[in-house]
Amino acid sequence: MASALSAVPSVHELEGIARSLRRHIVRMIAAANSGHPGGSLSAVEIITALYFGGVLRHDPKRPDWPDRDRFILSKGHGVPAQYAALAESGYFPVSELTTLRQVNSRLQGHPVQGSLPGIEASTGSLGQGLSIGIGHAIAARLDGRHYRTYVLLGDGECQEGQVWEAALTAPNYELSTLTAIVDVNRYQLDGAVEDINSLEPFADKWRAYRWHVLVIDGHDLVAVLNALHDAREPRDVPTCILARTVKGKGVTFMENNNEFHGKAPNKEQLEVALSQLEE
Amino acid sequence: MTLTLPMGRATREAYGDALLELGKANRDIVAIDADLAKSTFSWTFGKHYPERFFNIGIQEANMVGMASGLASCGKIPFISSFAAFALCKGFDQLRMGAAYPHLNVKVAGSHGGISIGEDGVSQMSVEDVALACALPGFIVCIPADEHSMTAAVHAAVRHDGPVYLRLGRPKAPIVHQRDVRLELGRAIQLRDGDGLTIVANGLLVAQALIAADRLAERGVEARVLDMHTIKPIDGDALARASHETGAFVVAEEHLHHGGLGSAVALSLASTAPAPIEFVDLGDRYAESGKPDDLLKKYGMTADNILAAADRVLARK
Repeated sequence: MASALSAVPSVHELEGIARSLRRHIVRMIAAANSGHPGGSLSAVEIITALYFGGVLRHDPKRPDWPDRDRFILSKGHGVPAQYAALAESGYFPVSELTTLRQVNSRLQGHPVQGSLPGIEASTGSLGQGLSIGIGHAIAARLDGRHYRTYVLLGDGECQEGQVWEAALTAPNYELSTLTAIVDVNRYQLDGAVEDINSLEPFADKWRAYRWHVLVIDGHDLVAVLNALHDAREPRDVPTCILARTVKGKGVTFMENNNEFHGKAPNKEQLEVALSQLEE
Repeated sequence: MTLTLPMGRATREAYGDALLELGKANRDIVAIDADLAKSTFSWTFGKHYPERFFNIGIQEANMVGMASGLASCGKIPFISSFAAFALCKGFDQLRMGAAYPHLNVKVAGSHGGISIGEDGVSQMSVEDVALACALPGFIVCIPADEHSMTAAVHAAVRHDGPVYLRLGRPKAPIVHQRDVRLELGRAIQLRDGDGLTIVANGLLVAQALIAADRLAERGVEARVLDMHTIKPIDGDALARASHETGAFVVAEEHLHHGGLGSAVALSLASTAPAPIEFVDLGDRYAESGKPDDLLKKYGMTADNILAAADRVLARK
């Protein structure tokens, strides 16, 4: 059984884990001199709550455990955050993190199913994860299993039509074990989501598709944990958590600075970032 | 006197029956359709196993993504739609969700080729083989008649990995025995000869047999290979045919580029090069019309195979 279930860390401890994931993220992206720090850092509290807050039932020693909860990172460019969480959970050695994006590494630039234990889907071509999550949730029902399926999307990603195909479908199959979390960091590669092709009224759209919708501060660990617990309450529709976040969160010069959507920090910037993320 | 072949059922109808039969024994088989269940015959399965059947409406991309998730959990999802929509609209999802992770997703593309007829070009799939063959690890198969389709669906379930099956809309002449053995990647020789080899799949297999019969009347014995599997192509059968017959006609209901003709040429070029002539749609789209009228107008009949045979024999 998952170690996460037996001893859930305190919120203070979770904050420490979140800082540690952020340090991994900037180090691995700097080592690769390539990657997406902005959207990785914005997702850290969400991923911390899932992996370390007693939410995901998982076992790093048995990544194929049929009853494990599923986590699908649909916004695949944020995968450094997931790699950091998987390593800290014990799926693979922490020392492997700095092989990110190097030839012969298991840590591909975007998630690759089968390349690394704990990766449930190949993503990075945006818009596909929620459909895959529906497949997992239906399989659970067919097999009489009780695992839950969590899919993390980006807000910019929700411009993809397939997201709304899946959004239409999941409530019609009453997939209450499916939870979509949107990391609403308000930016996409070319600029602000609001300026490029606005999603607003975003929460109303999900409600109109008949999802149970929660809007939270995606950096408030208590709020994230409460929302994830709320999603597990019995109801007959899936839950969508819109987590309002700050792109680049935790590193002052990356926060809301879209230059760091897909750019690695240089050596000096890395030192500044790490000093801001000290334990 | 033209060879007459008994008319059978459409291969899509045989697909539905085979899925139903396999679904009885194997509870991991699930089916998804995108609002064409009565046309693809996935409904044959769906009406018996409603709990394992998902008609999600008109959303092919989501259908492929769902299949990816189901296959990741050990299910054997069969996704059905018109071939044009399954491949063209679901292509990136097939790339990311089936080919790249090499998942056990089975794709049934119905109404393949121009023989869908009156509905016209938007519904015609003439690119599907090129697209499916481009996906690493995919098996690509076009059975010729109802019996080989039944065998192909069984073979697809036995195979652990992604498979694309093309189904046809019109009734297809019977060219195989009811108990035909079909192995994915292994051609079925329907007629032996040493004058040339006609390689065909789908509806064109019957046309190849008719053409071979007429060639025999002129003293030319043609070997006919039902090359139901385009990928992996049966390179051994092709190399043997090259050594023993020395010339090829390849006939298919697909664009010139990226279909059976390309696969045969690639294979022979690296084993036993020989002259080849091609019978296909060319580099264009067709139009609305009766299937037989279209196949005649766009050059995919026994007559066209005969003309191609004359051309290739002149090059031999």
